[in-house]
Amino acid sequence: MRTLRGSGVGRGAAVGPVARAHPSPAVPDGPADPDREAAARAVAEAFDAVADALDARAAAASGTVADVVGAAAAMARDPELVAQVRTRIELGQSAPVAVDRAVAEFADLFRQDSFLAERVTDLLSVRDRVLARLLGLPEPGVPALARPSVVVARDLAPADTAALELDKVLAIVIEQGGPTGHTAIIAGQLGIPCVVRVGGAGELRDGEEVAVDAAAGTVVVGPDDEVRARVAARRAGLAALAERREPGATADGHPVALLANIGTAEDTERLVDAAVEGVGLFRTEVLYLGRATAPSEDEQATVYARVLRALGGRKVVVRTLDAGADKPLAFVTRTDEENPALGVRGYRLVRAAEDLLRSQLRALATAAERTGTTPWVMAPMVATVEEAAAFAALARECGIARVGVMVEVPSVALRAADVLAEVDFVSIGTNDLAQYTMAADRLLGDLADLLDPWQPAVLDLVAATAEAAAATGKPAGVCGESASDPLLALVLAGLGVTSLSMSPAAVPGVRFALARHTLARCRELAAAARTARTASDARTACLALVDAEVREVLALA
Amino acid sequence: MAQRSVVVGSKVGLHARPAKLFTQAAAAAGVKVTIAKGDGPAVDAASILRVMALAVKHGDEVTISAEGEGAEEALDRLADMLASDLDAVEA
Repeated sequence: MRTLRGSGVGRGAAVGPVARAHPSPAVPDGPADPDREAAARAVAEAFDAVADALDARAAAASGTVADVVGAAAAMARDPELVAQVRTRIELGQSAPVAVDRAVAEFADLFRQDSFLAERVTDLLSVRDRVLARLLGLPEPGVPALARPSVVVARDLAPADTAALELDKVLAIVIEQGGPTGHTAIIAGQLGIPCVVRVGGAGELRDGEEVAVDAAAGTVVVGPDDEVRARVAARRAGLAALAERREPGATADGHPVALLANIGTAEDTERLVDAAVEGVGLFRTEVLYLGRATAPSEDEQATVYARVLRALGGRKVVVRTLDAGADKPLAFVTRTDEENPALGVRGYRLVRAAEDLLRSQLRALATAAERTGTTPWVMAPMVATVEEAAAFAALARECGIARVGVMVEVPSVALRAADVLAEVDFVSIGTNDLAQYTMAADRLLGDLADLLDPWQPAVLDLVAATAEAAAATGKPAGVCGESASDPLLALVLAGLGVTSLSMSPAAVPGVRFALARHTLARCRELAAAARTARTASDARTACLALVDAEVREVLALA
Repeated sequence: MAQRSVVVGSKVGLHARPAKLFTQAAAAAGVKVTIAKGDGPAVDAASILRVMALAVKHGDEVTISAEGEGAEEALDRLADMLASDLDAVEA
């Protein structure tokens, strides 16, 4: 029994067979096949086979996935592409090089148009599949799953995660990536146990049985009966916690609202029966991504009304468009920024495209009126009191009743009292707050230690914000992934945070942890965390203060 | 040579699914069909990559051309297709 280690996402565990997702093949620079006619024929057959396989996948899928895969199949059948590859082979290029170069020419053409640029991924996936066939390598990407499996990959692209057959994915094991990367966030949202940055995951073989424990961050190869029993017990324990429905509160009844992070109207509709008190973060940019122009005010109002109606009067916190940096939009994002994370993103877009924000705010006001609800609306990436005041004025002018800003930039946390004088509430985005406090790109797995939400400097900024909010009697929530860590959730409650918003899958564990500790105990944990000199000292100190049963059931270690 | 000029009706332009439907129909037309955007060069209407690379948006005017037997009928069908909102058509 071998144990591989990484960073876990979520509390879940699962046992199952490995299904490897394969990386893109490298283009070999070997000599051309002397029989050019045979090489050209082999390439034509490879394109045909890839097109057939993609067509079959498109037929089995639905919605956007079917459209995207169907278009990729059509690309693999493109007569001009195949003709150009043939010409290159006749001129003496090896088959793989000919495929790579011919595709690269079209990719360059596509990159000249911001909307088409997003389709380059599909074109490259066709190239990868054709190359894999030519080179006798396994098909790149996540394979079609015949049985429930543990998906193992170097990393998964957004397109890969979108195509996952969720009912057959028991767990995800990633060799690279980081705990705040794309795959980890999606897995967390879906409640799929996931371990990232697992050294040695590359050696796992298809079909090999593994036990994945997200709470411990381990992958046990060939688990024995004892390990299997532990996984089964954890699954049963977590299932029991998921039955609980009471509002979030400490053992002595101090309320801490438990809310969900969502991205689409469909997400909300899945929350109708969920035991959450509302939505603490509705990421509206999903509505804008992958489009050539902004959605109309009408279309937005319809979607927002759908969300507000589905929650039936529960609290909904809407974040206005947060584009830029890792979420570029074809119609507004500048491509010439050297430092996009520090550039025109989030609320700063108002400098270039105020109409975009104005139309979103009006659509939200319309949706509120139609549904008779009062959404809370907040702007991301605000850095100054002036920005907070300007956003509040614009939002109120558009008819929004409850206005807030996110605390992601340290300057706002340090000046929270002045910012709170301008708005009705604040919400702390701990992922970005850590990124900007520690000057560490949140997408870089190698910097995971710097991005640790237990960093005392980050906790100090959360504390400063919560204290300022308490002094004014205004709410201060946390909507970063740190709210989903039951131990850290206790610290946040102790610091004075009034609501915690997380992926719905994380709510039961946090509810259970809060219910087992008094507010006074949460304050002790908060004080212990802030007294610590390092992130790991902070966590260790808190772990020592936590209730033993909570530690056992949630596998906190 | 037969020609038709059409204003593209697809809400998302000639991208992904609309481009796929149009190029499939062009490939099945029985005659070689070309398509050009505005005054630009004509490209093979059966090539999804060439058609997508034209970056045709909703409301753009395109010209389709073909020669030979059945060209007129084929262009009529393809022109109707381009003028409709292809993305709204059920697969």
